[in-house]
Amino acid sequence: MLRKTIVTTLGIIWAIVSLYPILYMVFESLRTQETYITGLPWLPPAHPYLGNFQDVLAQGFVGYFVNSAIVAIISIVMILVFSLFAAYAIVRLDGWFSSRAFTLFLAGLAIPIQAAIIPLYILIDKMGFYDTLWAIILPSVAFALPLSILILVNFIRDVPKELYEAMSIDGVGTFGLLFRLVLPLSRPAMMAVGIYNFVQIWNNFLFPLVLTSNPKLQTLPLALQHFEGQYTMNVPAIMAAVILSAVPLIIAYIIGRKQLLAGMTAGFSR
Amino acid sequence: MPRKKRTQRIAILLLAPSLILFIVFGIVPMLGAVYLSLVNWNGIGHQTFVGLSNWVQFVKDSSAWHSILLTFEVMILTWVIQTPLSLMVGIYLAGKQRHRSWMGVIYFLPLLFSSVAVGLLWSYILDPNFGLVNTLLNAIHLKFLAANWLGSTRPGLVLWTLVAIVSWQYIPFHSLLYQAGRKQIADSLYEAARIDGVTFWKEFWFITLPQLKYTVVTSTVLMLTGSLTFFDLIYILTDGGPNEETNVLAVNMYNTAFNKSMIGYGSVFAVVIAIIGIILSIVMTKFTGFRKLESQSEGV
Repeated sequence: MLRKTIVTTLGIIWAIVSLYPILYMVFESLRTQETYITGLPWLPPAHPYLGNFQDVLAQGFVGYFVNSAIVAIISIVMILVFSLFAAYAIVRLDGWFSSRAFTLFLAGLAIPIQAAIIPLYILIDKMGFYDTLWAIILPSVAFALPLSILILVNFIRDVPKELYEAMSIDGVGTFGLLFRLVLPLSRPAMMAVGIYNFVQIWNNFLFPLVLTSNPKLQTLPLALQHFEGQYTMNVPAIMAAVILSAVPLIIAYIIGRKQLLAGMTAGFSR
Repeated sequence: MPRKKRTQRIAILLLAPSLILFIVFGIVPMLGAVYLSLVNWNGIGHQTFVGLSNWVQFVKDSSAWHSILLTFEVMILTWVIQTPLSLMVGIYLAGKQRHRSWMGVIYFLPLLFSSVAVGLLWSYILDPNFGLVNTLLNAIHLKFLAANWLGSTRPGLVLWTLVAIVSWQYIPFHSLLYQAGRKQIADSLYEAARIDGVTFWKEFWFITLPQLKYTVVTSTVLMLTGSLTFFDLIYILTDGGPNEETNVLAVNMYNTAFNKSMIGYGSVFAVVIAIIGIILSIVMTKFTGFRKLESQSEGV
């Protein structure tokens, strides 16, 4: 009985630790700039004020949101298509080429993005991609591929041989097997890879910071940082911007929490 | 024979897009960092090949050594704080009581925000004048506890503040791993123990923890490699300050290369980060059978 009480109390304390900073952010975003300084910050505002969200949206926020969405969507499509192709070749089309390639990707898991960012900046500049959304998309895809391929390889390996054989007997070729057998069967793994990379790319800060400078091309994390520099004293507006930047993930959390969380740990759990 | 050749050709075709992208934007830059560490360049003018002199400078640079030590310090501190808490939270959430799954809904909320968002949020919570923490401490007459959390010169304070924020951000992720791991342990193991009247702690030490071995390894690898590359959060919160107190390798590298325009010298930091990262993953693979783990993790 005593133990149960202690465990429940600790559980509630941790809930407060997790939730309260986020609640605080919501409270602040609903205050006017004057009441931010005069009000009691730990309580919700007496008269919630939605003007901060309007202000943020009027400051070009929609444009940053669109930039982030373009980067994320194009990257995810490329990652899914390319890593599925590669994983299928590694599992089914065994040979020196596929196995060398797989080793290279596995080794690539150890390369931290930070270690490559300086030459990447020079490379992107030389290739003429600097200050385009491609400057963010291409490296994002490249660094997402190793883990995505590993996850899909592990998944496709579990497809029973008999299924391939049954379809081969019916005259289905290499590409037929890929699109009519492997693709439909890998949907859960593809989903996880997609979610995992969406979260990573949506939140990425280093690539846009180093590889773009045009304010019009900012993705959300970079826009938030600039926003902070411009409106240092307008804390309610910054808090509103932070909340708006997480809207896709908040929506995903509400409608598909289990899938979102499973995707975030794709390849790491089990 | 021709059949094999055809298969080979299709394999090359299917692997080409991934390989090209990964080599051009992953491998080439990594090798490029090694090359750039051997030149002097401000990013615009002339490149001069200087051999190992950047490396010599690095070895003599006390700020560089400080960054290396600090990076390891952050690695160890964040591991020591996060691992027991994530284990506890994960095991708690794996319990079958209904209210625990509701707790889970709350516990995972920090996962929805980017490091930049988390950094901004905490910089306002900890603001010395208007922030939540100090105003609250003032209001309950504990003013002496109030501090300049992210700008204080009191030794260690800013570093511990950072570690606390990192933990707030990442414990949810690691408890998610532990929750999944705990749920995989067969109930029969516990039933047998309960018949023998085993205590909670013995159950934890002799059943739960050994069964979670692989999860501990995965979580540790992710924590260590993750803290090697902390950039976003520290860049937003302190940018390495005050007085270099939080100037970890990644932040030092960024500022050296892009703010001081010392591309060559900054690249030495980049290569050092990569070397530490690679050593870490080799050590973890060797001593823990992480490879075995990789083949065990089947997708989701």
